[in-house]
Order: sequence, then structure tokens, then C-alpha cells
Amino acid sequence: MTLDQPKYKTTDEVDFVIIGSGAAGGILAKELSGSGFRVVVLEQGPYLTEKDFVHDEIKVLNQDLLTNHPELQPTTFRKTPQDKAKPQRALVYGRLVGGTSTHFTANFWRFHEIDFIERSKVGPVSGSTLADWPITYADLEPYYTRVEWEIGVSGQAYASPFDPPRSKPYPMPPLPVKSSGVIFERAARKLGWHPFPAPMAILSEPRPGRSACVNCGFCLGFGCEVGAKSSSLATAIRMAERTGRCEIRPNSYVHRIELDAAGRATGAVYFDAERIVQRQKAKAVIVSANGAETPRLLLLSANKQFPDGLANSSGYVGKNLMLNSGGVTTAVFEEPLNDYKGFAVSRILHDFYELDPDKVGFHGGGGLDARFDMTPISFALGSLPPGSPRWGKSFKEVLSHNFTRTCEIFGHGTSLPVEDNSFSLDPELKDAWGLPALRLTYKDHPDDLKLAAWLYARSAELVAAAGAKRMWAPPVQEQQFAVHLLGTCRMGNDPKTSVINSDHQTHDVKNLFLCDGSSLVTSGRGQPTMTIEALAFRAADRITALAKRGDLPA
Amino acid sequence: MNKDLSRRGFLSEGLAGISAAWISAHWPVMLRAASHARQAATAAAPVKFEFFSPEQAREIDAIAARIIPTTDTPGAHEAGVVFFIDRALVTFAKEDQKTYAQGLPDLQARVREMFPGVEHFSAATPEQQDRILQSLDEQSPGASGRPSRRRVTTLSFFETARVHTIMGFLIDPDSDKRGNRDGAGWKVIGREPEHMFQPPFGYYDKDYPGWQPNPSDAEKTKS
Repeated sequence: MTLDQPKYKTTDEVDFVIIGSGAAGGILAKELSGSGFRVVVLEQGPYLTEKDFVHDEIKVLNQDLLTNHPELQPTTFRKTPQDKAKPQRALVYGRLVGGTSTHFTANFWRFHEIDFIERSKVGPVSGSTLADWPITYADLEPYYTRVEWEIGVSGQAYASPFDPPRSKPYPMPPLPVKSSGVIFERAARKLGWHPFPAPMAILSEPRPGRSACVNCGFCLGFGCEVGAKSSSLATAIRMAERTGRCEIRPNSYVHRIELDAAGRATGAVYFDAERIVQRQKAKAVIVSANGAETPRLLLLSANKQFPDGLANSSGYVGKNLMLNSGGVTTAVFEEPLNDYKGFAVSRILHDFYELDPDKVGFHGGGGLDARFDMTPISFALGSLPPGSPRWGKSFKEVLSHNFTRTCEIFGHGTSLPVEDNSFSLDPELKDAWGLPALRLTYKDHPDDLKLAAWLYARSAELVAAAGAKRMWAPPVQEQQFAVHLLGTCRMGNDPKTSVINSDHQTHDVKNLFLCDGSSLVTSGRGQPTMTIEALAFRAADRITALAKRGDLPA
Repeated sequence: MNKDLSRRGFLSEGLAGISAAWISAHWPVMLRAASHARQAATAAAPVKFEFFSPEQAREIDAIAARIIPTTDTPGAHEAGVVFFIDRALVTFAKEDQKTYAQGLPDLQARVREMFPGVEHFSAATPEQQDRILQSLDEQSPGASGRPSRRRVTTLSFFETARVHTIMGFLIDPDSDKRGNRDGAGWKVIGREPEHMFQPPFGYYDKDYPGWQPNPSDAEKTKS
């Protein structure tokens, strides 16, 4: 759109059609077009750019400028498959070119070795489909490094004794420390823990065409107006456009993947901006539509050969959803932190990444971060201490005292995969295009709730050691709103218990690939995007190798 | 805090600290944004109400002024919240028109019931006004959680007015929403008006000596 893009005809059989332009789709588009392939990216949302990224909380947050729209795309929720789902806003994701990476917090933790081999290390967990990945941390390490250098991650290498090995340091120093980070670091060290500068997909130094972070303070939930947040929009999409072989086609809502008589995908069927049905032909199809929309698209594409959903011979499409466990503790301090300035997170710790189930009584692990991610209106409506006045002189007093003195400790942790936890098609509710709506079924594994309580207890210790004047946290609750959308088309060697192989190729359809949060076998400790992007770099290598070997139609 | 320190200041003048390469790459976009912001500011000078009658506007202004009262610092009245709500009801919050249209006469009936002889909410004393609003607030469910994504469509009149008042007080003053006039609301909560900051940010990071390796791991991190 902004650069000279080719305009392919829908009847042109391009090499790849990629559905979704977010963390994974953007990188696949960059890599495959860079390798000489002709690529069309179909994105359901609009093509917004920096000039559109305003700080108007109502427009951005309440009116869903950047996100899926609850009226156009209603959803339902139920706890178990035995319940009838009720209409309820069930998830949020970025719905624009760049996807969720455009508005995320940008916490960029690598997964550790344990995340890939947890099943064989700790054994089976009752009530969970926990499995090892078909790849290891060592397989993915070079691609983590590529994400850091090519997309742009700031951080301090070797600062955490718990970090997995790395082949290169970060390409740029960490972002400046915030007052919340200093408080966190000092308190954690008092407790004998090991805080360190947060790795963030936000530039601490300028890159060509992109500014370093200017600390505007409208970060989580907002697009970056200076291109400092390393979204796919600010990075991979523009690199893909520069190849001259990649067309980004926004406002294109894919609702079906079609197969030919031989069982090969022939392209993607979508509604254009005028809601007219179009068919983009392609030699191979890659779905990177996120962990909710990717399985939904496969289920919508059911046909004679695959009556339960495309590439769903395992029955696992949409299942084993993981949302990540955790919780928020809020604290108020004596002096102003002014944490509204800047990005959200400057210090984290990973002391609890691997917990011993025999000692703590549950399976899992996590990390903590110090942050402030509230903007003025959302703070005033949702972040005053429980029991605070809601209006009048005393409301104004507590609001004006607390806004500059508040920060949050976030616990982030594992979710165990549970087969019933899923995204599926609601049998009744339809979206604005007449298609079955997404239905979320979710009930946290009991160990996830124990982990959340455990992380709350550590957060409380930390806040007490920091000398906060006041702290509070909500009770541990079962989740019924999805932000991290993981595991719903998991990777594996066994076609009976996984949807894609380690090349991201579906077991059932040889020229259909899936790459996004749905590919993850385990949930990591709460920060999935870095791993989704590393997988996308690796998937591009694997797919290119298959294509060059002639294993895809030429 | 005057407007020239705000977002427009950042866009048109406050460029120190951004790389020259970035400025040259983005200058056309920034000029467009700056010019857009100036137009928005001009358009934001309220001339007349789009939804409320002058009488209704006077009542809404009085209600907002009790939700966020004027004290030694500005309140909802000074921040022009009534203009924000008026614009909201013809733009993003059209579905709340009915809530106001029904809620205002109900409110006036309650004023007369509680304080015979007082004809309008705006004619009551601040103490009376607070008691009237308290009687309405008791009917509202308590708010909790992180409601930035919650809609206000099913809320009571008082709760709708409360949420709208807070929004109108704290919205980015450079938006097209007519709220937070002169950045009054941000001044009250201590949010500086700029959209670009440099460290140190607050009290606790101002004397931070720089990152030092975790003491017990000094050996490990050297390798």
C-alpha cells in the first residue's frame, strides 16, 4: 500500500497465499517473498499506518480501532462441552495489518529448554494432554537470534542466570529503567531473587526508518506512532513490500480454503471490503490467522473428505487451547513513579521458571514483571484500590494521588493443555457475514489455578519488600477471556495427536501450512510472541526447502 | 498547562532526541499529523451544542461538576466535560441518547421529591446535589476489574454520566472528542501534557546507578 506492491489477479496462481499479517504472517511474507516467491497476504483488518495511531482511548480501546469487533464478530463462552455457550466477549486480537503485534506489550521472552521437553522431564500430568515438541530449544535458537536482530529486540544478554544459551547478544541495549523497575529490582534482590532488564520488542536505538522509543506512554493497546514497537507492520511487512513480489491485501476476510479432487489446497476464498466473494488461487496456502481464527477457518472449510474440518483427521483442530495462567497485583507507593511515561515493562525475573512439582504441589512455572500499562481513563475506571470512592471530591483526591504512584506486578505462567479447552464454531450465533461465530470453551487445569495463587503470593512478598503503602489483588479466578491464543493446531510427529508436523505442514493436506500461536505445543511462561516469530522464521526455511526440493507444486 | 506543550508541541517543535534519519523518513507523515492536530484543535472550539438544549446542558454540567468537583484544582466544569458528552451522544455513544433523554426528567422529579421547592438539579446546593446523586448511585452496581473494554450501554443514567464524565475529563485533549479542555484533567492527575519523555521518569529511578549484575551471579555473568 505504501510502497510499490504488485497487484496480482485472483486468477493468477501465486506461489503462496498467506492468511493473516501478524507476528507469523508478516515474517513468512518477508521471508518467502525475499526468497523469490510470489506472495499474496490476505488480512481481514484494515491497513493502518503510523499516522492513524492516535492516543484517543475511546477510539482505540472502546471503539476497537485496532482489534476484533464484538458487534461484527460476536462470540460465545462456556466452561465445559456439557454447557450451552452464552454470548459473551470471549477474546481480543489485533485486527489490522500487523495483527496483534501492532498493539501488544512487546514482552519478548525466549522460551527455555524446558518448554520443549516438559512432558519427558516431568512425566504425564493428570487431566492434561501435555506433550513434548518435535523440535528443541537448540533447533529454534538461531531463529530467536534472527528475530532479535532482524525485527528489533532490546535487552541485556547474560543478565539472568536462568536464561537459555544464546548465540549472540541483543542488537541494542535495554530500554531505560522505570521507577517500577527500580522498585522491583531492589525488592527482588532483598529476597534473594534475580531481577534483570526486560527484553522488549521496542527499539532503544533508532533503526533505518524507525525511531527509538519516545516514551509517549500510550503503549499496550495502542499502535506506535513512531515505529519503535517492533510490530510486523513496522518491520516484516515493509520488508516484504520492498521485495516487489508481495501484495498485502487488507479488508480480505478469508472464510474457506478449497481443495481440488486430489486433495490439494487451491487457494483461499474471502469476502472483500464490499463483502463480495473472491477466490485467490495459490500453489500453497499458509494460515497465520491466530490461535482462534486459524482453527475456525479449518472448521469452516469442512468438506466431503474432511467432514470434521480441514486437516482435522486428528480431531485436535481448535483443541488444547492454552491462555497462560497468572494475575495482577497492584501497589501504591509514597513518591511519584510517573510510570505512565514510557513502555510498560522494564524489569522481570525468571527465578520461578521451573518449579519442582514435588515441592510446590502442582505442575508449572512462571515469571514476574513490574509494569504500568494503564492509560488515564482506564486507570480512573479500573485501577483505584478496592472500596475507593467512585465520584466526588474524595474520588478526585485518590485519583490524583494514585495515578503517578501506582504500578503493577504481573505474574505470567504456564497453562497446561486440556483437550476440552478449545475454540470451535458456535452452532447458533453468526457473525456479520453470516458465518458461525467463535465459541470459547475453557476451564483452567487445577494446577494452573494453583500456579496463579503461588505467583500472587510471590508478588505479595515482593511488594511488601518494596515498602508499598498499599497493595491489592483479585482472587484467583477461572479464566473466561482469551488474549494469548495457543496450542489449537499443535505441532507433533504423530498425526493422531497433532495437526501439523515440524515443518508446519498439515499432516492431512501437503500444501497447507499453519504457523502462529496455534502451532505451540506448550504455553511457555506467558510471553508467546517471540516464539511465534522464531517459528515463523524457521517455518519459512522449511517451506522454502520443501518448495525447492519440488515437494510443492512448481 | 498550555497547548503548545502538548502533542502538537511534540509534532511541530519538540523533535530533540529523535534521529535525523528518522525525521527525514517520517517528515511528511509528521507534517500531516501536525496539520491534522491543528485542525482538530480549531474544530474543538465549542460554539453550540449538538444534542443537548442549553437547559439540558446546564443540568449535565452541574451533574458532572459533582462527579468531579472543582476544588483547588479544576474539575469537570473547567475541563468542558459537558461539551464532550454532547459530542459523544451524536457520535460514538449515540446508543446512550435514550439514557440521557429519560434520565434527566427522572432526575428532576427526584430533585423536587427530595427537596420540595427546588426546581432543577442545577438550582440545588452542592450538598443537596450530592445527596441526590448518592440516592441514584445506590441503585448502580459497583464497578470492578479492568473495564476499559466494557461498554456503557446497559448502565443506569447515573453510571453512564459518571463514566462519561471521567472519560471527558481524562481523554487525550488533542483528540476530536472536545474533552479535557486545556489538559485540565491530566493536570489534576499529574500527567504531564507531552507525548514524549526522557528518563529519569520518577522519584525511584532518578538516582539509579545503572544496571549491575546480580551479586551472587557475578561470576556466571562474566563468562
